[in-house]
Amino acid sequence: MAELTPKERMAIERHPMPEQRPEDRVKNFDEVPLGFADENAKREAARCLDCKTPQCVEGCPVRIDIPAFIKLIEKGDFDASAKKLRETNFLPAICGRVCPQDQQCELVCIIGKRGKPVAIGSLERFASDYERDNGLRKVPEVAASTGKKVAVVGSGPAGMTAAYEIRKRGHDVTVFEAFHRGGGVLVYGIPRFRLPLAVIDEDINFLEQMGVKFMYNTIVGKSMSLDDLMGPEWGFDSIFVGTGAGLPKMTGVPGENLNGVYSANEYLTRVYLMGANNFPDNVTPLYQGKKVGIIGAGNTAMDAARTAKRLGADVTVYYRRSEEEAPARTEELHHAKEEFITFKFLSNPTEFVGDDNFFIRQIKCDVMELGEADDSGRRRPQPTGESFVDDCDTAIMALGCDVNPIIPTSNPEIEVNKWGVVVANPETGATSKKGVFAGGDLITGGSTVIQAMGQAKVAAAALHEYVMSNGNAFGYWQD
Amino acid sequence: MPKLYEIVEKQDLVPGMALFHVYAPMAAKNMKPGQFIILRVNAKGERIPISISGWDSEKGTIRIIIMAAGRTSTEAVALKQGECFQDIVGPLGEQTHLEKVSGTAVVVGGGYGTGAVMPPARAMKAMGNRVVGIIGARSKDLVLLEAEMREVCDDVIVCTNDGSQGVEGFVTDGLKQLMEKEDVSWVLSVGPVPMMQAVANLTKPKEVKTYCSLNAIMVDGTGMCGACRVSVGGKTKFACFHGPDFDAHQVNFEELVQRQKMFLEQEKIAMEKLEEVK
Ligand SMILES: Cc1cc2nc3c(=O)[nH]c(=O)nc-3n(C[C@H](O)[C@H](O)[C@H](O)COP(=O)(O)OP(=O)(O)OC[C@H]3O[C@@H](n4cnc5c(N)ncnc54)[C@H](O)[C@@H]3O)c2cc1C
Ligand SMILES: Cc1cc2nc3c(=O)[nH]c(=O)nc-3n(C[C@H](O)[C@H](O)[C@H](O)COP(=O)(O)OP(=O)(O)OC[C@H]3O[C@@H](n4cnc5c(N)ncnc54)[C@H](O)[C@@H]3O)c2cc1C
Ligand code: SF4
Ligand code: SF4
Ligand code: FES
Ligand SMILES: [Mg+2]
Repeated sequence: MAELTPKERMAIERHPMPEQRPEDRVKNFDEVPLGFADENAKREAARCLDCKTPQCVEGCPVRIDIPAFIKLIEKGDFDASAKKLRETNFLPAICGRVCPQDQQCELVCIIGKRGKPVAIGSLERFASDYERDNGLRKVPEVAASTGKKVAVVGSGPAGMTAAYEIRKRGHDVTVFEAFHRGGGVLVYGIPRFRLPLAVIDEDINFLEQMGVKFMYNTIVGKSMSLDDLMGPEWGFDSIFVGTGAGLPKMTGVPGENLNGVYSANEYLTRVYLMGANNFPDNVTPLYQGKKVGIIGAGNTAMDAARTAKRLGADVTVYYRRSEEEAPARTEELHHAKEEFITFKFLSNPTEFVGDDNFFIRQIKCDVMELGEADDSGRRRPQPTGESFVDDCDTAIMALGCDVNPIIPTSNPEIEVNKWGVVVANPETGATSKKGVFAGGDLITGGSTVIQAMGQAKVAAAALHEYVMSNGNAFGYWQD
Repeated sequence: MPKLYEIVEKQDLVPGMALFHVYAPMAAKNMKPGQFIILRVNAKGERIPISISGWDSEKGTIRIIIMAAGRTSTEAVALKQGECFQDIVGPLGEQTHLEKVSGTAVVVGGGYGTGAVMPPARAMKAMGNRVVGIIGARSKDLVLLEAEMREVCDDVIVCTNDGSQGVEGFVTDGLKQLMEKEDVSWVLSVGPVPMMQAVANLTKPKEVKTYCSLNAIMVDGTGMCGACRVSVGGKTKFACFHGPDFDAHQVNFEELVQRQKMFLEQEKIAMEKLEEVK
């Protein structure tokens, strides 16, 4: 094929991701996007102009060499493309699926100025799936042993990335995880129809093959302290903490403790960690009525809504601002709408009404309008004076999470800000406690997979420097 | 060396109730009175919280008492010595509020709670308190761990509903008699909600510091899901994480009782399924 001119490249239409039809997919938990066929991937890759100063790379929190991996796809060398991705991103199959591309790499892609941006996320997914499906993935190389021992706390994307980056440098790594399996929110939050278990488990499997040890059912701060881990018994030289933001916010509206009112965390955990969608074959129960109300319009809200739909409910999303402010990925909002989910924007729940058996039956909402912009720059919703009542026998609150305080409260020397978020140096991930680094939702509050990975990478590099200098690398930790 | 989560010793206490010593070194290591663990019986199982009635950090074992209440606890009670639980995680929750008090400290145990109050009773005793144990059962043959209770406490009052041993009536009857005789200034009760509520009602007029261990429905046990929401002093608390022990006079027991019924229908189905499997 002759080299295409930029004009020809720009004339190619963005290839839409083939998907399960909405009427089919609401009956199963299989992945919704089906992935590109080889030829379509090549064609989509041909749209990339291979910019000299690629904006897209700036938009990617881990600075993947985007034009390089895309041009390898265009050439048909899919395996090399995957290897290129892996130079900067340990979890491309995950990021390709769940990154908010529309707010990151694809937002700033030059092609997007005139038409639709290059489908960077879909191509990332394509290359890494090709590698996995064809058994081409190799166990990453591990440097000669340094004799240093590092503990990683939490096995979400931050912990997984830290374990990879640290183990790669030749340190002995043990991951401590509170649950009985690894993956963090990737498993117990993000639904299977967006991220299949096999994708996550393969990454955990590769970590194990690299020699990373996993200790499940272990809660650092309860089972042992950070000091215990760095003390004589355990002998870790340093610790990376990536315990996430796992403390659900509640609204405080009356009736919130009625039966049938869940936090999204509980609802999603019952389904995706415990398998309650296969009850009673799996023993964990789930109660769900016919009319499910979701409170909030972020990714978590969309995940809860689409899950409830698959479990047979009629689903309505209530959000106090307008669609424009909804924090969910565009794709998720779009998917939810396609899946026959009703949206009531500018609706602020003021009460959950229960029956004599303490089960929720109705939801009361104020109708809102948007006023002046607030501190976050978004227009503040305010009541119009009108209200309405809907029937509702299950409510799921998806209002975000605060940081789980187990680590900070059991280690008072770890500094937190007024929201309880752990304070870490942005350049090193160092916390205020000597030898302890942190990354992920723990240091940002609820954020994204790729941010968690980016921070873990930064912290891993600093941690390496710290242990290799026998604990002398960072001045501010000297007594 | 036992396998992870292996039952190293099992003792059948009364029908439907068994005591286990389980090898769970991470849980045993840092255990404190009043804390609990969460276990799964098998890979398809649910997570259920169970109080700790003792532990041995050296051997890495914990001691738990399980009462067959439904699907999972029935499966658990059926496990034999040498078999393993699927998972055990802990210690969870905060420890009991322990202090040297001016008067008598009382621990009240009903059902598995008799085991659960044992570590706090020991700790209160070690702090120099006079500790009285009150344990209740329907009749004499169903009284749990009496000998051990006598070892741990200065005095023990046994209450049986049919009067076949000790005080006839409920644990509250025993507590009432004791409060008439002694200056009771600290009470911990662990057991069924109606029992804990009755104890709270009894001690409230006299303003006796009273704690109870709230058995709300839990999933993770670390504060991540909010399933275990309880109202204490008009505020929402997470039982797994702020508790399980709370000031009994502040607890909204009515709400707790209602919330415990959230999955009643599903629990029936799960139990029927177990019968089928058998
Ligand atoms: C429903 C939902 C949907 C989302 N969708 C998206 C999306 O589409 N795209 C996106 O980019 N982001 C999404 N996010 C956000 C994203 O999942 C998080 O930003 C990311 O998982 C944070 O990674 P982490 O490793 O910091 O924490 P987590 O993933 O929360 O992992 C923390 C781990 O630490 C463990 N842990 C906690 N405390 C302890 C302890 N004391 N000891 C031992 N282990 C402990 C936890 O069990 C958990 O496994 C979503 C989040 C949710 C809840
Ligand atoms: C902090 C705490 C400590 C406990 N300690 C003990 C103990 O030492 N020994 C003991 O035998 N029992 C203890 N329990 C109670 C025990 O967890 C329940 O009996 C058990 O979960 C019942 O499960 P099941 O499947 O056998 O019965 P089901 O038929 O499923 O449930 C029976 C009842 O138990 C309660 N229950 C069900 N699932 C849960 C759950 N996931 N978490 C909490 N409660 C639930 C509900 O009220 C339900 O109606 C404790 C509970 C808590 C919260
Ligand atoms: S990791 Fe995320 S932001 Fe970076 S290139 Fe991939 S999809 Fe875009
Ligand atoms: S900005 Fe767009 S066109 Fe340019 S290199 Fe990146 S993906 Fe290709
Ligand atoms: S059990 Fe999940 S927060 Fe308490
Ligand atoms: Mg059960």
